[in-house]
Amino acid sequence: MGEEIPASAGWHQVFGSVALFFFLTQAFTGILLAFNYAPTPGDAYNSLKYIVTELTGGRIIRGLHHWGASMMIVIVVLHMVQVFLWGAYKKPREATWMVGVVLLLLTLTYALTGYLLPWDNRAYWGTVVTTQITAGVPVVGPYMLRLMGAESGIGVVTFARFYALHVLLLPPATLLLIALHVFLVRKHGITPTPGDEVKPPKKFYPGQVFKDSVAIFVAFAVLVALAVIVKVPLGRLADPTDTTYIPRPEWYFLFLFQLLKYFEGSLEVIGTVVLPGLAVAALLLAPFLDRSRVLPVAKRTAAFGLVFLAAAGWTGLTVAAVQSTPPSTEVSVIDGPSGWEELSPEELAGVGYFKKENCASCHALGSGEHKIGPDLAGPAIKRDAAWMIAHFKTPSAVVPGSNMPPIQLSDAQLNALAAFLLKLTPENARKLEAAPAFALEGAMIYQRHRCGSCHKVNGVGQALGPALNGLAQRRSAEWVMKHTLEPQKLSPGSTMPPYNLSPKDNDRLTSYLMALP
Amino acid sequence: MERRNLLIRGIYGLWGLITAALAVPAGAYLLLPPRTRRQADWVEAADLAQLPQGSPEEVVFRRNRVDGWKISSEKSTAWLVRTGDHQVTAFAPQCTHLGCAFVWDDKKREFLCPCHTSNFSLEGKVLSGPAPRPLDRYLVKIEGGKVLLGSIDQPVRTA
Repeated sequence: MGEEIPASAGWHQVFGSVALFFFLTQAFTGILLAFNYAPTPGDAYNSLKYIVTELTGGRIIRGLHHWGASMMIVIVVLHMVQVFLWGAYKKPREATWMVGVVLLLLTLTYALTGYLLPWDNRAYWGTVVTTQITAGVPVVGPYMLRLMGAESGIGVVTFARFYALHVLLLPPATLLLIALHVFLVRKHGITPTPGDEVKPPKKFYPGQVFKDSVAIFVAFAVLVALAVIVKVPLGRLADPTDTTYIPRPEWYFLFLFQLLKYFEGSLEVIGTVVLPGLAVAALLLAPFLDRSRVLPVAKRTAAFGLVFLAAAGWTGLTVAAVQSTPPSTEVSVIDGPSGWEELSPEELAGVGYFKKENCASCHALGSGEHKIGPDLAGPAIKRDAAWMIAHFKTPSAVVPGSNMPPIQLSDAQLNALAAFLLKLTPENARKLEAAPAFALEGAMIYQRHRCGSCHKVNGVGQALGPALNGLAQRRSAEWVMKHTLEPQKLSPGSTMPPYNLSPKDNDRLTSYLMALP
Repeated sequence: MERRNLLIRGIYGLWGLITAALAVPAGAYLLLPPRTRRQADWVEAADLAQLPQGSPEEVVFRRNRVDGWKISSEKSTAWLVRTGDHQVTAFAPQCTHLGCAFVWDDKKREFLCPCHTSNFSLEGKVLSGPAPRPLDRYLVKIEGGKVLLGSIDQPVRTA
């Protein structure tokens, strides 16, 4: 504490302390999460959902861990940039710098392995891409894939490996390297700038400690604000058959993701291995590549230029990746849709089948009423669509001893029912169940006639015809009813086939469409 | 010296705030109960007609237990005592001393805990031994000739 530091030391040297603080915070929140987390694929999702929806403070703890990971990357990079700009990697501090580069790689490994642990669609598909990239590495790829336990796809083995890496292997390794890093910093002292020799040194405490504390406090305040204000999404349970999900990596990996688009075929290895490998090698060897004398920071124009180029390249790639990403249509499961208007026609039709088949005589929807079957909006009931459909067809084959009768509906109708049940949360159950009859009937007619193969409602469906949200602002109900029966009469040239609906069905379909927001 | 003291105070103040901001949610997270503690469902445990009057009967039934993020179906037992035509008392099967399973001693006509020899009457009152309070009871409801059991009616712990 009473150590002497160079006269030039100051605000620019706070980043190392902030990074250390963030590592400790991640460890703390990570341990708290582990207290209520089951590290196996199915349970992981349910236990995390339990943490964020049922435990007081759970959402904040998860928020701190999630955003802490992002901020950790930002801070570690800022720390490196500062050291680089000031030339602090030069002799005798080469080893300190190299240990720092390894710590950066460890930080990225935390990010990669932690990404899988929520086991939602985002986690699953993100990791599919990561493992496929690894598999494509020449020579060692297949072995790496086997090490990750992902040879036959991502599953329980992959999950166990990622979890073990994330909580068993990485933390002690990080602690050791941080200890070595800090030991080396103390051994060689804070890097002076030319001119410091003639000025009297300062004390580390309290001046620099105060600056470090202020910086840590500011960064921590940002983290808390993020954790409190921005809800971390928990998507749907990972579904390997979900072809609508567009996987994207976490923002700090987007530049790598974008880079891969530019190398096709056999050149891909340049994007996956050669360029990242060269970058890491250049970082590691920076102290040996640049052996010039230490200059004051203001005169290190080449260093500034390099950092600027790197930042510009990163930004360009990231922006390109963001622009090529269609907006996510996935609704966070924690919140779920809050009213029937937000459901897709298929899901809303599912509500209709739920009522038509009198499911409610045996199942409650979130009310906690005692009924023969389980409450379908209960916090612990989360199944994927495939399970549900198998269960609907032959209940006792999937749940031994179940005395539920098989549901006599077509596959498409069972799909709709499952789609609705997937959207259920204890909070929205009552509102969804209370959807008006005309909307349910309308949605069932919409689904039966496959209107979704040409039209979009609430972002679901094809875009061949116009999207039907806000129809009431464009057309009258009378016009819509006539148009359904004879499209070409009202809009010549339309490719829509005529639908010979009964007046009653036409009226219900139209009422539903006119009610869409 | 003035400036030095100010800085030191600042350091303590900032770290105090950081510690509090981490400790408060962590404490709430670990110590407060989950938000949706729901009452247990009513489960069918026996036919009223098959319960003899005045002699306890041990019944085994399955019930759902909310266990963190899971609802697990597990075997439970209860001691049912028919106290009238439409009245049944259901004792939870654990001794109120340290949770051992007690048994009915038909000769002495009392419940006996084998661990520390607490004895209870047919009404669940402590007759002797270290048990601190009468036997715990399930909430009971009789519907259509069936005995339905709810959650264990937690007694007020009097130390």
